[in-house]
Amino acid sequence: MMIPTSEAPAGAAEQLQNIGEATGVFNLTWLMIALPLFGALVLLCGGKRTDSWGHILGCLTVLGSFLIGAIQFLTLLGKDADERAYNQHLYDWLDSGNLQLGVGFQVDQLSICFVLLITFVGFLIHLYSVEYMAHDLRRRRFFGYLNLFISAMLLLVLADSYLLLFVGWEGVGLASYLLIGFWQHVPDYATAAKKAFVMNRVGDIGLLVAMFFMFDQFGSLAFDEVFEAVPGASDGWVTAIGLMLLLGAVGKSAQFPLQAWLLDAMAGPTPVSALIHAATMVTAGVYLIVRSAPIYNLSDTAQLVVAIVGAITLVIGALIGTAKDDIKKALAASTMSQIGYMVLAAGLGPAGYAFAIFHLLTHGFFKAGLFLSAGSVMHGMHDDTDMRRYGALRAAMPITYACFGLGFLAIIGIPPFAGFWSKDKIIEAAFNDNIALGLCALIGAGITAFYMSRVMIMTFFSDKRWDSGVHPHESPKLMTLPLIVLAGGAVLGGGLLINDGIVTWLEPVVGHEEAHHRMPVWALTALTLFVIVVGVAAALKMYQFSPVARTQPQGGVLVHAARHDLYQDTVNEAVLMRPGQWATRFLVWLDHRGLDNLVNGLAALLGGTAGRLRRVQAGFVRSYALTMFGGAALTVLAVLVVRL
Amino acid sequence: MNPANYLYLSALLFTIGAAGVLMRRNAIIVFMCVELMLNAANLTFVTFARQHGNLEGQIIALFVMVVAAAEVVVGLAIIVTMQRTRRSASVDDAHLLKY
Amino acid sequence: MEDFPFMTVAMCVPLAGAALAGLTQRSQAELARRIALVASLVTLGVVLLAATEFNSDNGSTYQLVENHNWISSFGVSYALGVDGIGYVMVLLTAVLMPIILLASWRDLDEGEHAQTGPGGGTTQLYVSMMLVLEAMSIGQFAALDVFLFYVLFEAMLIPMYILIGRFGGPQRQYAAVKFLLYNLLGGLLMLVAVVWINFAGPGGEKAYYLPNLVQYDFGTDTARWLFLGFFVAFAIKAPLWPFHTWLPDAMAEATPSNGVLLSGILDKVGVFGMLHLCLPLFPEAARHFAPAIVVLALISILYGAMVAIGQTDLKRLIAYASVSHFGFIVLGIFVMTSQGQSGATLYMVNHGFATAGLLLIAGFMMSRRGSRLISSYGGVQKVAPVLAGSFLFAGLANLSLPGLSPFISEFMVLIGTFTRYPIAGYFAVAGVLLAALYVLIAYQRTMTGELTEGNEDTPDLKTRELLVVTPVIAVILALGFFPKPLLDVIDPAVERTLTQVERTDPRPEHPVQVAAEEKK
Repeated sequence: MMIPTSEAPAGAAEQLQNIGEATGVFNLTWLMIALPLFGALVLLCGGKRTDSWGHILGCLTVLGSFLIGAIQFLTLLGKDADERAYNQHLYDWLDSGNLQLGVGFQVDQLSICFVLLITFVGFLIHLYSVEYMAHDLRRRRFFGYLNLFISAMLLLVLADSYLLLFVGWEGVGLASYLLIGFWQHVPDYATAAKKAFVMNRVGDIGLLVAMFFMFDQFGSLAFDEVFEAVPGASDGWVTAIGLMLLLGAVGKSAQFPLQAWLLDAMAGPTPVSALIHAATMVTAGVYLIVRSAPIYNLSDTAQLVVAIVGAITLVIGALIGTAKDDIKKALAASTMSQIGYMVLAAGLGPAGYAFAIFHLLTHGFFKAGLFLSAGSVMHGMHDDTDMRRYGALRAAMPITYACFGLGFLAIIGIPPFAGFWSKDKIIEAAFNDNIALGLCALIGAGITAFYMSRVMIMTFFSDKRWDSGVHPHESPKLMTLPLIVLAGGAVLGGGLLINDGIVTWLEPVVGHEEAHHRMPVWALTALTLFVIVVGVAAALKMYQFSPVARTQPQGGVLVHAARHDLYQDTVNEAVLMRPGQWATRFLVWLDHRGLDNLVNGLAALLGGTAGRLRRVQAGFVRSYALTMFGGAALTVLAVLVVRL
Repeated sequence: MNPANYLYLSALLFTIGAAGVLMRRNAIIVFMCVELMLNAANLTFVTFARQHGNLEGQIIALFVMVVAAAEVVVGLAIIVTMQRTRRSASVDDAHLLKY
Repeated sequence: MEDFPFMTVAMCVPLAGAALAGLTQRSQAELARRIALVASLVTLGVVLLAATEFNSDNGSTYQLVENHNWISSFGVSYALGVDGIGYVMVLLTAVLMPIILLASWRDLDEGEHAQTGPGGGTTQLYVSMMLVLEAMSIGQFAALDVFLFYVLFEAMLIPMYILIGRFGGPQRQYAAVKFLLYNLLGGLLMLVAVVWINFAGPGGEKAYYLPNLVQYDFGTDTARWLFLGFFVAFAIKAPLWPFHTWLPDAMAEATPSNGVLLSGILDKVGVFGMLHLCLPLFPEAARHFAPAIVVLALISILYGAMVAIGQTDLKRLIAYASVSHFGFIVLGIFVMTSQGQSGATLYMVNHGFATAGLLLIAGFMMSRRGSRLISSYGGVQKVAPVLAGSFLFAGLANLSLPGLSPFISEFMVLIGTFTRYPIAGYFAVAGVLLAALYVLIAYQRTMTGELTEGNEDTPDLKTRELLVVTPVIAVILALGFFPKPLLDVIDPAVERTLTQVERTDPRPEHPVQVAAEEKK
């Protein structure tokens, strides 16, 4: 946006890479989506027969998709940089007037990253769930929903048009709805599920309107056609499309102002929180923005708004995280904040796209690891999520502790762990672009260090605050194995940046541009590290070296606000929900008392008049006769008068 | 003879009939008055037929007679039945057909 | 086979079935039901067979035409024939009917519609009236003679009146009379217009034959009055706000299967009439009134959805949801773009199935408990997961979840609206959000949470009920992912209608020339 070399429209169009017809292994793209979908169908329709082997099928389908994805990735690696995009056209979908759209998939450098993340992390989480959900009577259905999610998410990232993307987009929303409400016999959980779906729908309206704009302007919804035509549109339209797309992204990625659903979404089982509400689905918004890079590149305003939304969210997410005592909610707030980083990066234009994706990938690993570790902790603590009743668990569950610790080091950005590389790049890019955004990102990093240290200390260090009768223990191997793998990712994820690997890889899709530096890189890195150390130190002082209360202390105004998600729910309730309910009640009343009564009143009027008129029918023949004579006389009189 | 005289007579008969229908309660008398009115109309028809020199009025008079005969049949039957069931021939007693 | 009178046969088979079923003894209820089911299946066979004669590439012309003089002195003829839109609607009727009959199998034996005691209606009457309705609906969708259309339009009220008034819930008398009065009023206006056409129109032996009337110029003012006569009749039938208040009562009192018949098929006659008669006959008037009608449609969408959110009665909720959906259909028709009208036609089909799913499944649940109130239920999911799952599926179809068929039609209507009237598009898109609310609130209150009292023993769906649910779900899924076969049939007829009203699609401002040409 502020970068002086913002390209001319023509230049942007040239950036688009050629997309080849799918051949060989790329013809199997549809199978990647179909496999988990098949699994979901079998598990959801198969009934109790599939109880005994359902979870195995669930894992295998995802593994199959991962293998296809991996082979495709290796094939792409072996090709030239400009031959790494393939399109598979399956069949014609819609055809009406100039709306012509097929169902087709697009494999390129960007989507393959997501495919690998989704299927690999997805597979690990499936494995983990086998044990985690072992005692749930409805484990089969859980795997059915998970498979449905993987399928929809793959559809989302592989779609070659906005409309098909939207199908996946709502599909993951549905899976999320089903999984948040998995334990729907608890009324609060069912409400949380509904809230997530409805708030997502608000964002979806943005995506829908963006599609209407595109169709109105370009007559197409396919990625390649839209991107080709977008330089021709006026600035106003491009900005409008960009903002509407952002609204969609904001809903799905729980960004300000539609972030309130994510914390409630923690009602779902922990593997769900790890997969859907940390690693994959909530990052779909970032994918949407990065995928639409050719649109955002042409609108400085839209980019600026994206960056601001990201910056606001990363700060408020971090603030909320500092006050949560529920370990899952603290992590959820952290997710919100980390996605804020990604959105901020995506708002920086070509200078930031690659780093947004880079952070998304590393975050996918370490956050999934953190969540699964939290699940492991809960597993050992009788499903208690309150960190005030944890403490000193490092001895009781060493593997969980180690994995959580590595994820912790990654997220707060300690070198050489993954988060350091990705977050540092974003902070750097933000500073280069705009001091205010950079400061937000920097402060966010400090708060992140604080609240993550708080979680770490309250859970694994400080002193025991367990409930009586709780005997923490390490989780079974099938649960710790995925933890170890994900922790490995948290350690090694930074390797993607060697030789600017990921930047070069993504360049044909999203472009890249070296920013001019406002201040030396080493100085900025040092500053960031300093802020992080301050955050950690503050947490140490407050939670390690002074006792943690088992019950929630009163806290100041700020703590209170953070505990209540900065009153987002209250605002939503006051501004939207209550007036909505009043309007609904009023309309119901109007419909029943107003419109219906109007009609019924008319009927009553007619009936009443008729009731009075019928009195004339007295039954006396002679009175009828008199009426008749009177009428005849009147007629004669009338005739005479007219004659005269 | 002046045809107007016939018309005066017819008007007189009609008025008598109408007054009878309106004022008498006995069904038979009411009935006879109706007949009187019909015949008054007949007289008018015939007078005008004669006056205009064509047959149409006379033909209609024949029709009216047929209708009157049919009416006598139905009407007397009703009156007799009424007399049998209610022991009365007063038209005011037969006021069940009301609202 | 070329001159085989498919449409007449498709009308006669259910009539014969109705007669046969009516002839059975009172004690032979099962036999009557079987006869009815077979008759409806044979009808479906006939309609499918007709597809072999129907040339979908040429969907813009009327095909399978039968044309005989009826009352020559008034210019009335017995003329049947379908274009792409008509055929799709006939097909919808024929497919839905066996499902409805199967779903109604136990309607009169249990639940709040049970017919006990000497005064109760018989199964024979019940199924015959439904079959008669099927015959009349097919006749409506295939009528090429305006007078014939009118006669069937009015005659259809009688069997529906009997069905609601005889077999409905406690308030059935009120609902039936209200239904009848509203629709009679509409019919009256249409009658005036129909008679007027005889005076103002071309006259002759085929004065009411649709293709003859299409080219006829009635004169601006006359055409506008005639348009209003027809439109108000259709708007009441559809039903469009503010003529909608009969529908919730009728649907709430009717048995669930009759409710589906009512909103899934009969009400489609209203919107079908707008597309089939109003636009081609009075193009100038249609263009003249289009903005006003678009506003009414928008009010329907938002008002219906908001009132649905506030309902406490499950059946009324579905009825108001239908009002909202009909708003979308009318909107699609009167924005006069090919996406809008194709979407609206597709919407008619999809709404048929989505509402059928929701109402029938809700009906299965209600027959177990005997209550229509949402508050009577809670936690049903726990004891009857299949019931809850299929209810959720049908609900998701109603809120137009992408991947399910209603989404395609809703999207097409919206995108068609947007290219013509962007402001209307903004309002209509809010309906998408409201739909999510009423569906999910209903699902949450009935199915999730703790099991509430009285629902502990709710049995799950039985085989017969699964037989009803499965085809509905299959159609919704299939049309969601592969709507092209239907669209291919509909599109030519829509293009013709657009030519008749002399409107063309707005062109995109910056079209992708190359890519679009390659695709063609």
